Amino acid sequence: MNLCQRIWNSSLGKKYVMALTGAALFAFVVGHLVGNLQVFGPPELINTYAHFLKSKPALLWSARLGLLVMVTLHIASAVTLSAMNKAARPEPYAGKAAYGSTAQSRYMLVSGLVILAFVLYHLAHFTVMLPGINGVGDFSKLTTTLEGHAVPDAYAMMVLGFQVWWVVLFYLVAQGLLFAHLGHGLASMFQSLGFRDHTWWPRIQCFATLASIAIFVGYAAIPLGIFTRVVGVDYAEQKKFELRDATLMPEKAPAAKEAK
Amino acid sequence: MATLNSNIPSGPLDQKWEHHKFSTKLINPANKRKYKIIVVGAGLAGASASATLAELGYEVHNFVFHDSPRRAHSVAAQGGINAAKNYQNDGDSVHRLFYDTIKGGDFRAREANVHRLAEVSVNIIDQCAAQGVPFAREYGGLLDNRSFGGAQVSRTFYARGQTGQQLLLGAYSALNKMIGAGGVKSYTHSEMLDLVVVDGHAKGIIVRNLQTGEITRHNGDAVVLATGGYGNVYNLSTYARGANVTASWRAYKRGACFGNPCYTQIHPTCIPVSGDYQSKLTLMSESLRNDGRVWVPKRKEDCGKKPADIAEGDRDYYLERMYSAFGNLAPRDIASRAAKTVCDEGRGIGETGLGVYLDFSAAIARLGEDKVRERYGNLFSMYHEITNESAYQTPMRIYPAVHYTMGGLWVDYNLMSNVPGLFVLGEANFSDHGANRLGASALMQGLSDGYFVLPATISGYLATQNPGKRPATDNGSFKQAEENVQTLTKRMLGNKGKRTPDSFHKELGKLMWEYCGMARNQAGLEKGIKAIGALREEYWKNVSVLGEATDWNQSLERADRIGDFIELGELMCRDALMREESCGGHFREEYQYTPDDPETKQGLVNPGDVKRRDDQFAYVAGWEYAGAADKAPILNKEPLVYEEVKMSTRSYK
Amino acid sequence: MKVFLKVWRQKNRNTPGTFKTYTSPELNENMSFLEMLDVVNEDLANNGEEPIAFDHDCREGICGTCSLVIDGKPHGPHRGVATCQTYMRSFKNGDEIVVEPFRAKAFPLIKDLVCDRKSFDRIQQVGGFITVRTGAAPDANSIPVPKENADLAMDAAQCIGCGACVAACKNASAMLFVAAKVSHLGLMPQGQPERYKRVKAMVTQMDEEGFGACTVTGSCEAVCPKEISLDFIARMNRDYAVALLKGDAKAATSGGAG
Ligand SMILES: Cc1cc2nc3c(=O)[nH]c(=O)nc-3n(C[C@H](O)[C@H](O)[C@H](O)COP(=O)(O)OP(=O)(O)OC[C@H]3O[C@@H](n4cnc5c(N)ncnc54)[C@H](O)[C@@H]3O)c2cc1C
Ligand code: HEM
Ligand code: FES
Repeated sequence: MNLCQRIWNSSLGKKYVMALTGAALFAFVVGHLVGNLQVFGPPELINTYAHFLKSKPALLWSARLGLLVMVTLHIASAVTLSAMNKAARPEPYAGKAAYGSTAQSRYMLVSGLVILAFVLYHLAHFTVMLPGINGVGDFSKLTTTLEGHAVPDAYAMMVLGFQVWWVVLFYLVAQGLLFAHLGHGLASMFQSLGFRDHTWWPRIQCFATLASIAIFVGYAAIPLGIFTRVVGVDYAEQKKFELRDATLMPEKAPAAKEAK
Repeated sequence: MATLNSNIPSGPLDQKWEHHKFSTKLINPANKRKYKIIVVGAGLAGASASATLAELGYEVHNFVFHDSPRRAHSVAAQGGINAAKNYQNDGDSVHRLFYDTIKGGDFRAREANVHRLAEVSVNIIDQCAAQGVPFAREYGGLLDNRSFGGAQVSRTFYARGQTGQQLLLGAYSALNKMIGAGGVKSYTHSEMLDLVVVDGHAKGIIVRNLQTGEITRHNGDAVVLATGGYGNVYNLSTYARGANVTASWRAYKRGACFGNPCYTQIHPTCIPVSGDYQSKLTLMSESLRNDGRVWVPKRKEDCGKKPADIAEGDRDYYLERMYSAFGNLAPRDIASRAAKTVCDEGRGIGETGLGVYLDFSAAIARLGEDKVRERYGNLFSMYHEITNESAYQTPMRIYPAVHYTMGGLWVDYNLMSNVPGLFVLGEANFSDHGANRLGASALMQGLSDGYFVLPATISGYLATQNPGKRPATDNGSFKQAEENVQTLTKRMLGNKGKRTPDSFHKELGKLMWEYCGMARNQAGLEKGIKAIGALREEYWKNVSVLGEATDWNQSLERADRIGDFIELGELMCRDALMREESCGGHFREEYQYTPDDPETKQGLVNPGDVKRRDDQFAYVAGWEYAGAADKAPILNKEPLVYEEVKMSTRSYK
Repeated sequence: MKVFLKVWRQKNRNTPGTFKTYTSPELNENMSFLEMLDVVNEDLANNGEEPIAFDHDCREGICGTCSLVIDGKPHGPHRGVATCQTYMRSFKNGDEIVVEPFRAKAFPLIKDLVCDRKSFDRIQQVGGFITVRTGAAPDANSIPVPKENADLAMDAAQCIGCGACVAACKNASAMLFVAAKVSHLGLMPQGQPERYKRVKAMVTQMDEEGFGACTVTGSCEAVCPKEISLDFIARMNRDYAVALLKGDAKAATSGGAG
């Protein structure tokens, strides 16, 4: 048997896959957060960043492909292992949750699946910019100029997108679940890969808690900051007219342009 | 009459085993796999024997009534295992271990067997260490030792308070290796219910599958029983609830002699009985006596007081007082009897008055609580779980309880019983401990028998049997034995009586403890024999066994075993009555040292110590079944001949 | 005191089971949980009802035979003890106690509260040993074992093979059991030659038996009567990763003739 088969054919092997892909996803989540936190700066900051990413299609697409592989592997191992786990206890107990376990650890699949749903939504929301799902309008119409070129206005997309309460709520719920997922997953990852002993385990758990809190706070700050009008409120006011059909509301459109 | 020929090899004591191994016939390697050996039991003795025989190339079939070989009661041994390694440089040697064991057994064991045991002991430790048994170690990485009762050297190897567990897991791993390799076929949940004897030779067994109730026949060229001890005849004991005498008893009924059935060990440090519902007595390892001091109040009036309220001067550290040389480390039989004596004087403590203190306050003061916790933490927490008391704060309450049976099926030097082809190992045989076993020597014996002795001696018998010629299971003897088992099962299930098997067990236990317990006398034993005989008759009239024969049926399991215990109890009383002397664990009140005896005056013994009668009883009693439970069994004698040591007064003062 | 028992009764594997409720006779708080069941059983038998089948043997927490899930926790309310070491003083007069068997696909039910744990034996048979022939061992002190390793090995080796880890785990995973054995032998110098072969064989067998995988919920450690640590699972994960990377051993060429 070759190495891949050996890994995939054993429960422990799949756990390694899950842990390694989880680690990669975690790294992405951190990187993505750092990028997105630029929303707290001036609009140009994040727009420059977004433009930079778009301007390197080879890099962007290999990263996307990489992530897709990671996500696929993570989910495939999660789902197959969960099926195996379910089959291992055909007859349930009369009640009571498994003694000594945390809810986080018990609901990893659920939190993961909601995160997946969220990720799909998030892609449709900001990457594909499906107009019907954001509660605001067609994000693809938002543009701005950077160094003389017209580029998509990511800043505007965010500050407008997070003014919709149910979008914010969904984002927050998903972040909450990501927090739960990582609070358990980050520690579990070390365990699965065998990096643990009695002195390191408390430290690992501490890391997992702090990291998952940090991620939660970071990510939640964005929609919350915008929704509570701490960030980008003026910009949004100006930009929201771009979303409307120019022919319908022509008189207000120039004002937005002036602001620039 | 059976003939009990010990087959002890000639020559000097320390060369007998070497010579014997050389002179025993071997089996040609190509022929070994043609021999099929049935091993019943997978405790230390059975597991080690099965693994080793399979390594040698024999086809081994192993049977246990447990769900896994790892559950055998050897797992419960706490304290340790002896070996004459002399790693401590404290004067130990094979000869000293031999001598201590012979003396500890009150000169009622065979010299040659005990010497062999001491010789082999060193190999056992090597074997177990190589298997990965995590023995306690010193900081340098070498093996640690502790001392145990009845010895003045530190020769006991241990693995925390779970030595038996670790040794058993070692033997179990060796067994697993051979099961995995196909050398051993393992049958679990399989209880042996009869021995099949064909033309005078043991050639098979009848087995009930406890899960399905199916009865099957199994043939072999030899049958090995390693089925453990029978202390559960007392109902309350330190044994596992499932431990039983059935395999040995059914073999006895097929002609194997039962050796010294009355030799029972009552262990001094167990948690006292607390009520009638009790199912089990828990041992607190003897190793506790290394640091614990045993005492009772000097005055009866103080017994009700809290121990802390009894002044130092009002305490009687009776073991230290009576046996100054060994003190709290006096052998078990002596320590137990001393506890009984002080309790009989009305100085026992606890609600029932049947208890003495085992006090660690001096040790805690000397070593600190942490050190004591490190040494005995698991025992203290076990004690706490059971009694809800902390032994760090208040002394433990302990009392003697039935713990081991030195008696068992009679075997010769080759571990073969008087039925050719039937070998008996471990606690199930009578062989090496005489009338009292020293601590940490049962594990040693079980492993010695299984790893080293049987594998060397069994070829002597097999060489007399044509390879591949064992009788088939359609032989008449198999049929008859199976019918015997079926009839018994039907009889029990069909018996629409009124009493549960357990109620009989409780009653039997009380009779045994009363009449054949720590102190025995003629009148009591005679009474006991009558009462147990009557109980046996009632049993067959009035026992009620619910459930079916074709299912998992624990009532049936128990009923089978209890029926045998009742008959065994009667035999034990007969043996105790016959043995008109005191020796080791067998104390006949009529035979004890008095203040007027010269030995007492010389200060060798205390008044009340056991008094042997070597001129009349220096023999092994091998009881032979007379064909019916109500017929008096036949007594055969194997004289004990001492060439090396002189039978002398056993002194621990 | 008296308690009400809600006990799983099931005649055998092929007959569906249900809970039945019993009122105990008068009890004493110093009884062990199993002694309480003995008393209830005597009562049932005296009334012509078949006693409740339950597994037990040593009754001192070492043989690993007793099982039972008591009010949702294998081995009852206390940490670090087995069912047989659970005493009635842990319950109150009038309590309703739910008693179930260990449930897992790899532990098929036999009757009432008894299940079959032979899958554990089979895992051990494929590699839970150090291959050493009787008689072939060197002197026990010829290979020193660092005390820390010996102690750690003993921590793992204490496993009594009861299966509570499997019973408690929401995935019915046997990782703690297998890890304990793998770690015990892997920590001893004597166990090194077969270290990677052993872990691979045992994990493969574990998967084949139908146990679930570990999701590090910690239930196993929490119910283990010997409080065996999850650290050992990490140790096994480590060893297994190395074993995977190493791959299967090359087939040995046959020995020389002659
Ligand atoms: C609590 C306790 C502590 C002890 N501590 C020590 C100690 O510290 N040191 C020491 O040296 N000794 C100690 N002993 C004594 C020692 O443990 C035993 O004497 C020894 O382990 C017995 O081993 P065995 O292999 O003969 O039998 P067991 O281990 O009892 O094995 C019996 C085997 O036979 C099987 N069996 C029995 N009947 C049948 C049947 N009819 N059909 C099929 N299978 C059957 C069982 O399944 C089991 O596998 C202790 C004993 C007890 C009870
Ligand atoms: C942002 C996305 C995600 C990140 C950062 C992430 C991270 C992690 C990490 C670090 C682990 C620990 C691995 C281990 O136990 O060894 C993990 C486990 C797991 N993940 Fe994810 N994950 C993500 C998305 C998902 C998704 C979409 C699913 C849904 C199928 C999912 C399901 C699981 C499951 C079931 C586990 C196993 C739980 C366990 O072993 O305890 N995850 N994840
Ligand atoms: S009965 Fe042996 S561990 Fe509970």
